[in-house]
Amino acid sequence: MEKVPGIVTVNEKWCKGCGICIAFCPAKVFTAREDGKPVVTNPDACTRCGLCELRCPDFAISLGGKSHGE
Amino acid sequence: MSVEELLERYTRRDKLPHIWCPGCGNGIIMGAVIRALDQAGVDQKKTVIVSGIGCSSRAPGYMKFDTLHTTHGRALAYATGVKLARPELKVVVLTGDGDCAAIGGNHLIHAARRNIDLTVVVFNNDIYGMTGGQYSPLTPQGSYATTAPYGTVDRNFDLCELVKAAGGTYVARGTTYHTRMLIDLISAGLGHKGFSFIEVVSQCPMYYGRKNKLTSAVAMLEWQKEHAVPVKAAAKLTPEQLKGKFVIGELHRQEAPEYTEVYANLVARARGEEK
Ligand SMILES: Cc1ncc(C[n+]2csc(CCOP(=O)(O)OP(=O)(O)O)c2C)c(N)n1
Ligand code: SF4
Ligand code: SF4
Ligand code: SF4
Ligand SMILES: [Mg+2]
Repeated sequence: MEKVPGIVTVNEKWCKGCGICIAFCPAKVFTAREDGKPVVTNPDACTRCGLCELRCPDFAISLGGKSHGE
Repeated sequence: MSVEELLERYTRRDKLPHIWCPGCGNGIIMGAVIRALDQAGVDQKKTVIVSGIGCSSRAPGYMKFDTLHTTHGRALAYATGVKLARPELKVVVLTGDGDCAAIGGNHLIHAARRNIDLTVVVFNNDIYGMTGGQYSPLTPQGSYATTAPYGTVDRNFDLCELVKAAGGTYVARGTTYHTRMLIDLISAGLGHKGFSFIEVVSQCPMYYGRKNKLTSAVAMLEWQKEHAVPVKAAAKLTPEQLKGKFVIGELHRQEAPEYTEVYANLVARARGEEK
């Protein structure tokens, strides 16, 4: 997947489709595919709160920039 | 620090992706530990990570530190040895609820009693994950496990209360849902000199979840969100109102002589080099 700077991206190879990012994103940035993996369908709503990155058990989400504590 | 930088700096990239089940809390806790180590500014080259046996105890295998994957229940015994031999090292113990409260329970109370300078992070998924979902001393009374098809009759430990009573000097509880708080709690534990203990309420969707009608990792995190009460809010509630809930945050902090320092003083005294 091509990475747009500063936009949340999902590493499909590492994602196991647990749905945590989709369920708990406060801005509803993701939509579930049929296999449960997230698609970034609403990137403009992202507030870069960083929660999806911190809660992804598989290190499969990246905000593509700075995150927690910075 | 971006996730890419974090993984590059603190993990063994060739070992990733990890083998834990979809939605397992272990990955969230490992991420929080790495971020906490970074936040606390520990010297990576002078840090040793020790674990026992269990799904959770596999975490150090993914981490770019000097690591020890030991035997079931004995992580604290090995860690005590490392710390006594090399007191200048930062020693972190990653352990499961079975590993530290069942077979390793005795090591736990005595490490706490000594107030030895270790930072212990318990991956509490309320179950023996690795061996197929047997109940542990932390499985809540009445809930189901492979070995409790009608519900457990045993009362479960409150591990934080146990460690506090045994002499631990930093005691905290976090969850995988409250991830930011968890990072801060672990980071504070790393900064505390003495026995630091952080219980992390986590999820094993594969066994605990399936047996207890928590059908997904999402449902299990929802459960945490609904049942966790921050320490400050809990102080205003009656025991009746707190029934069925659990308290998160820093639960106990105390200053007391640290074991390796006391021991070094003893050695100096025995050698006639009294300070
Ligand atoms: C001496 C010994 N007894 C029993 C076992 C089998 N065993 C391996 S892991 C485990 C329990 C793990 O539970 P926990 O510590 O909660 O880790 P989890 O897998 O849930 O992360 C047991 C009983 C063992 N490996 N060694
Ligand atoms: S939290 Fe991570 S593993 Fe789970 S669905 Fe989202 S990207 Fe995939
Ligand atoms: S950073 Fe926050 S708002 Fe943006 S996608 Fe992740 S959880 Fe949603
Ligand atoms: S069995 Fe449970 S603890 Fe072990 S990896 Fe799977 S979900 Fe995690
Ligand atoms: Mg366990």
